[in-house]
Amino acid sequence: MMNESMNLIMVGRIKRRRRFILVTWLLAIIAFALCCTMLMLGNTIYPVTDVISVLLGEQVKGASFSVGTIRLPRMVAGVFAGFAFGISGHVFQTMLRNPLANPNVIGITAGSSAAAVFCIIVLHASSTFVSIASIIGGLATVIVIFLLSKGSSFSIGRLILIGIGIQAMLNAVISYLLLIGQHHDVPTAMRWLSGSLNGAKMENLYALMVTVLIFAPIIILLGKRLDMLELGEQTATSLGVNTDRTRVILIISSVLIIALATATTGPIAFVAFLSGPIAKRLVGIGFSSVIPAGLVGIILVLASDLIGQFAFVARYPVGVITGILGAPYLIMLLIRMNRKEEL
Amino acid sequence: MDHTSVLKNKQLVIPRKFMSVLLFSIVLLGISILASLAFGSRTVGWNEIMDGLFHPDIQSHGANVVRQRIARTVFSLMCGAALGVSGALMQSVTRNPIADPSILGVNTGAALFVVCGISFFHIGTAGQYIWFALAGAILTAIFVFGIGSMGSGGATPLKLVLAGAATSAALSSLVMAIMIPRSNVMDQFRFWQVGSVGAGNWDSISIFVPFLLVGILIAFFSAPALNALALGDEVATGLGVRTGTLRLVAAFGGVLLCGAATALAGPIGFIGLLATHVIRLLIGPDLRYIIPMSAVAGAIILTISDVCGRLLGSPGELEVGVVTAFIGAPILILITMKAKMRAL
Repeated sequence: MMNESMNLIMVGRIKRRRRFILVTWLLAIIAFALCCTMLMLGNTIYPVTDVISVLLGEQVKGASFSVGTIRLPRMVAGVFAGFAFGISGHVFQTMLRNPLANPNVIGITAGSSAAAVFCIIVLHASSTFVSIASIIGGLATVIVIFLLSKGSSFSIGRLILIGIGIQAMLNAVISYLLLIGQHHDVPTAMRWLSGSLNGAKMENLYALMVTVLIFAPIIILLGKRLDMLELGEQTATSLGVNTDRTRVILIISSVLIIALATATTGPIAFVAFLSGPIAKRLVGIGFSSVIPAGLVGIILVLASDLIGQFAFVARYPVGVITGILGAPYLIMLLIRMNRKEEL
Repeated sequence: MDHTSVLKNKQLVIPRKFMSVLLFSIVLLGISILASLAFGSRTVGWNEIMDGLFHPDIQSHGANVVRQRIARTVFSLMCGAALGVSGALMQSVTRNPIADPSILGVNTGAALFVVCGISFFHIGTAGQYIWFALAGAILTAIFVFGIGSMGSGGATPLKLVLAGAATSAALSSLVMAIMIPRSNVMDQFRFWQVGSVGAGNWDSISIFVPFLLVGILIAFFSAPALNALALGDEVATGLGVRTGTLRLVAAFGGVLLCGAATALAGPIGFIGLLATHVIRLLIGPDLRYIIPMSAVAGAIILTISDVCGRLLGSPGELEVGVVTAFIGAPILILITMKAKMRAL
């Protein structure tokens, strides 16, 4: 008897593992296919061979410029920003045990965005300085939101409401800065209020790439402990997790990567909010969905950017497309949560 | 409205501090009007203001500037009053401390309909904007309340804010999607959105007056019954108030006021929240006093915000909606911090 039930558990685990691996690989393949598409598609369509030779550093007439200088940075920005938004959104949603509690909704990305805009427009700062400032902006917003929502008793509802208030203020600051900077045109405003991959340059991407390459592995390694945190403070502690330390490391790492992503592309609307829940639904339970969430983030950003660039007569920045995709999902989620009395 | 008889026989008890608050707001109102006439890209002095207001025969440059600013000032006073009363109405209808047109997404709904009107029906005058904006405001209000009041517990602040924020996000993406391919619409819409109270002229004032009057009359006559509603639906029904009708009429008044203000001045947030809460803090919960005082407070706040926008944005100007969001959002945060968790 004992053996049989053990076997059943093992079979279930193997099944889940198979599904997890299969889905993760599928997501990775889709993300890779989208990367290739982004490099090939444009005003002129270049064959794979041309793209590969450009990537290998060979000079191809025409392709070298449009693939190497325009499309490659755009693609890289989309990949790293999408991955960053995806995993840090997942971290916040899991840690705070509420899909609404993510960097987009509670104003962390708005904090980074406001700091970046301030440095660019008022201080005319270098890109390194902008990156540092956006990190400080993001961290400061997190600290302010948590401090304000502590009150007599901490609650997620209070935290979300305060986050929305802070976000309204920060968006007002961004609008003001854009106005005094004489940059009050729609494309710039779009970039800093809802995100865009337009004008990505390779030399501005290194900070984002390095940070993601350092801190994303930390979050991935802590993925199991993150899932234990979701079970609650006591359960996590009794499972041997140092909850405070884990939480601090996770928050700092995810704020770091999302701040740099925001400084590079602007706060691409709803990617941090959508990626986690989609990934969770696809891979099922039992395994940490940090990597799938990141992959879904990449897919969302690249696919939305492709749709925005080529599906319509006019070119839309990626934030408009993710906004149109994400907002109805948010409304549906709210309806479901209200019905289930989860709010 | 027979339910007004409920509280009629009760003697009017003038709230403590009411007279001092009234006096203080009249002084503030005067200061804000003078500031609105004096400041801008060119600051004019006291003598020139007097010339512009009372000596129509004097044609100095400063006096003419002042005359130009009169319409704008009147318009911003009216918009502020409308938004203040609208906030008071919505908060008491929903019995919810944070109901404000901007938080409920009503502004964005109005904006979407105006953009659709410009793009697909080629509207271009304030008289046409107002109907589109009103339709958008009413539909969005119904939608957001619908989502926010699902489940037990009705429309709690958290549910309403989230429903409003989500709807706003969805609608503003749609606004962008409609606008980006049409550069002419973008210019016209930006003028509407950025123009703010600066677009106020005697034409828009004359369009605005009937809406303002109807809304304020509704607010005035429903105030006693709304006081009863504040005690709870059962008590209100027991006192002879038809709660369904009252809610419908008062909510219509609230949406009418904020929809009309949004149509003519563009999206301006947080005035209703700010005005009503400050007034309630000062003079207590009686809506018969809160509603008129919210109108005054709204007018003061909007006019002063407009002056700040002109000074901060100089030589151009900063949209008044940006200023009000910056000073109004902390109030939302404060309310949230003070609220008991059950209420969220």
